[in-house]
Amino acid sequence: MIPELGHFALWLAAALACAQLFGGEITLRRQDSRRALDLVVPAAAAQAFLCVGAFAMLIYCFAVSDFSVKLVATNSHTMKPFGYKLTGAWANHEGSMLLWVTVLAFFAGVAAFRATALGDRFRVRLMQVTGALSLGFYSYLLISSNPFERLTPAPSEGNGLNPLLQDPGLAFHPPLLYLGYVGLSIAFAFAVAALIERQVGPLWARTVKPWILAAWAFLTAGITLGSFWAYYELGWGGWWFWDPVENASLMPWLAATALFHSTSVLAQRDALRNWTILLAVAAFSFSMIGTFIVRSGLLTSVHAFAVDPERGFYLLVLLGIYVGGALALYAVRAGTVTAGAGFRLMSREGALVINNLLLSAILGVVFIGTMYPVGVEAITGARVSVGPPYFEAALIPLILPLLLLMAIGPFLRWKKTDSSKLKRRLFPVLIAALAAALIAVLFGIKSVLAITGVGIAAWLAAASIAMLRGRRDISTLGTSVAHLGAAILALGVTVSATGSLERTVSIGPGEVARMADFKVRMDNVEPLAGPNYTSIMSTLSISRGGTEFVLRPERRAFVRPMQQTTETDIAPLWNGNLYAVLGEGNGDGRWQVRLNWQPLIALIWIGGIITALGGMLAIYGRAAQRREDRRQALGSPAA
Amino acid sequence: MKPKHQRLALAGAAVTALIVAVLLAMPAMKAGASFFYAPADLAAANVTPGQAIRLGGLVEEGSVERQPDGITIHFRVTDRLEAIPVRYAGLVPDLFREGQGVIADGSMDPDGTFAADSLLAKHDENYMPPEVADALAKAEAEAKARPVL
Repeated sequence: MIPELGHFALWLAAALACAQLFGGEITLRRQDSRRALDLVVPAAAAQAFLCVGAFAMLIYCFAVSDFSVKLVATNSHTMKPFGYKLTGAWANHEGSMLLWVTVLAFFAGVAAFRATALGDRFRVRLMQVTGALSLGFYSYLLISSNPFERLTPAPSEGNGLNPLLQDPGLAFHPPLLYLGYVGLSIAFAFAVAALIERQVGPLWARTVKPWILAAWAFLTAGITLGSFWAYYELGWGGWWFWDPVENASLMPWLAATALFHSTSVLAQRDALRNWTILLAVAAFSFSMIGTFIVRSGLLTSVHAFAVDPERGFYLLVLLGIYVGGALALYAVRAGTVTAGAGFRLMSREGALVINNLLLSAILGVVFIGTMYPVGVEAITGARVSVGPPYFEAALIPLILPLLLLMAIGPFLRWKKTDSSKLKRRLFPVLIAALAAALIAVLFGIKSVLAITGVGIAAWLAAASIAMLRGRRDISTLGTSVAHLGAAILALGVTVSATGSLERTVSIGPGEVARMADFKVRMDNVEPLAGPNYTSIMSTLSISRGGTEFVLRPERRAFVRPMQQTTETDIAPLWNGNLYAVLGEGNGDGRWQVRLNWQPLIALIWIGGIITALGGMLAIYGRAAQRREDRRQALGSPAA
Repeated sequence: MKPKHQRLALAGAAVTALIVAVLLAMPAMKAGASFFYAPADLAAANVTPGQAIRLGGLVEEGSVERQPDGITIHFRVTDRLEAIPVRYAGLVPDLFREGQGVIADGSMDPDGTFAADSLLAKHDENYMPPEVADALAKAEAEAKARPVL
C-alpha cells in the first residue's frame, strides 16, 4: 500500500507541476497576476509536501525491508545495520533521482513564499519555470526510473548494498551535493524569469544571491565530504583523482563561485547584467551535465555506477530542452537587457571581473579535460583518458594568480580605490607571505612551486584576516572566513602534494618495517566478525621519536553482496596523517601493507568545510542586514 | 570608457581567457592524455616505450604470479587473441582477480612487458569497463572472421 501511495503522490505532484506551468500561464493571460499567484503558490507548496511525503515513504520501505519493492530488493538486506537501511534509500539511481526532485520541489516551495520583492508577475514566472523543471524530472522518474516499482513474487531476502556505500561519509555526501546541484536550479529559474519579465538588475541580484550562496555552500560541503570519503574508504591514499565524476561536481561549483561573485557586482554597481544571467544558466547546465555524466556512463570513471544508456539519453533530452530553451531565450532577450554601469579596473568590481575570467578559464580547462575523451572517440574512434598530469599542468598557472587576487580583491572599494592606501594595508600581508615561504624553506621544502604555494597560501590567509580591520558586519566576516578556508586548503594541497611518502612492504607478525622516521611493527593479524561481514585485522605498532600509536587496517569480506573491501586506518598526527592499508596475504605468513605519510593533508578538508561555513555566515549576515534595514525603515517615521 | 566600449572590452577579455585556457590545455593534453589499447591492438601497434597508455582486458586465468619480494605481481592481460605480460608492484584493488576485467595505467618496457603504475578498481562487482567489454566483443568478432584452416 505504502509504495502505491508514494507512486501516486509523484503523479499528483507531476499534475501540480503542470498546473503551475500551464495554469499559471492561462490565468496570467486571462486574468491578473494576483489570481495566477493564488494558483501557483499553493501548487508549489503542495508539490513540496507530496515529494517529501513520497521520499519519506521510500525511506519507510527501506526501513521495514519491503522486498516486494524492486528497489529495496536490489539494494537492501535484512542484515544491514538499520542506519544504512535508511541511507540506502538514496544510495542508488532511482532513489537518488527521487531525492533530486524532492529537493527541487522543496526549494521551489520555499522560493514560492519568498522572492516577494520582485513583484507578483515575477513570482508567477519563477513558479512556472520551477514547475517546468520539476515536470521534466517527474516524467523521467515515472517513465524510466520508478523507485516504487513492485516485484512479484517478492523475494524473501534482498541483494544487499555495495559495502563501500555503507559508510557515514557516503550517507551524507549525495544529499549535500544534491542540495547544491538543485539549489542552482533556483538560480536558473530566477534567471529565466528575469529574462521573460525583463527584470535583470540590482534588486534581482540581491534577491537571488542567498539562493546561490546556499547552493554553493552545500556544494562545497558535499564535494569536501566526497573527497574525504574517497580518501579513507577507497584506500588509494589520494583525495582527488580528476575523475569525470569528480569533475562533474567541480564544474557547477566553479560556475557557482563565479556566479555569486558577479551577482555582487550586479547588486552593488548594476554592471555585468548579461554575464550574470548567462552564468546562472551555465551553473545549472553544468549541474545537469554532471548528473548526465554520472548517470549515463558516457565516460569511464573509477566511480562507475551501474548505468543504463537509455536513462542517459533521457537526461540528455531534458538537458537539451532546458539548456537549449534558456539559451535561446537568452539570445532573443540579451540584446534588450540594457547595458549596466561602467567601471574601472582598480576597483572591487574590476577585481571581481578578473575573478570571473580566471574562474571561467579554469572551468574551460576542466571541461576540455573531461569531455576530450568523448570528442576523440566520436572523431577517431580511439579511446583515451585524461589524467592528473593534464589538469595539474593546465590549472596551476590559473589557480596561483586567482589565489593572489583573492587576497587583494576584498581590500578594494567599489568604484575606485586609493592605491597608496592599498599598498599600506597590503604591506604586513606581504611580510606574512615571505615569512611563511621562509619557514617552508627551513622545514626542508625544496621545490620552488611548493615554496611559492606556501607563500601564496599565507598571503591569502593573512589578507583574509586583515580585511576585517574596521569592518564588523557578518557578511564581510563570511567572505573572510570563506577566503581563509581556501588559503588553508591551498596550504594542505601544496604541502601534502610535495611532501608525501609511500611505501609498500611485505611483513609478517613480529617483523618491523621503516618509512622515513616511522618504525612500523606488525603485532598480529587476526580474524574478526562484524554485523554483516567477516574481517581480517592487522595490528601495527608505530613509533616516531617519542610518539607511539597503533593502527588497525582491515580487509573485510561482506556476505551480501559478496565483496571484499579494504578498511584503511589513519593516524592524524599534528603535522600530517599516517595512512595504513592491509593488502593480501602472501601465503608465507606475510602480508602486504601500504603506508602513506601525508603532511598537512587534513587541512584540505578542514579548509573546505571552513569555506562552506563562510558561505553560510554570508547568508546569515545578509539576512541580519535586511532585518536591520527593515527595522530602521519602520522606526524612522516615529523618531 | 563608455559602457558600450566596456562591454566590448569585457567580451574581448572573456575571449582572451578562453584562448589562454585552450593554449594551456593543448600542450598539457599531449602529455596527459593516455590512449586505451586492448592486447591485440597493443601487439599490432608500435607504442614507444615509456609513453603513458592504458591497457585493458581480462586477467588471464592462471597467469597471476607473486614474486618473492611479496609486493610485485606478474600477470597477463588478454582479449583472447593476444596476451600482454604485465608487471605491477603494490596492493591490487579489491575486485582484482583472474578472469575479471581490469584496466592498467602505465607504459611499455623495452622488453615488451607492460609496467603498470596503477590498476583500476570498480565500486561495483558487476560492472565491466565499457572499453574492456568493447575490446572483448571486437576480439570475438575477429576470431570468428578468421579463416578456419
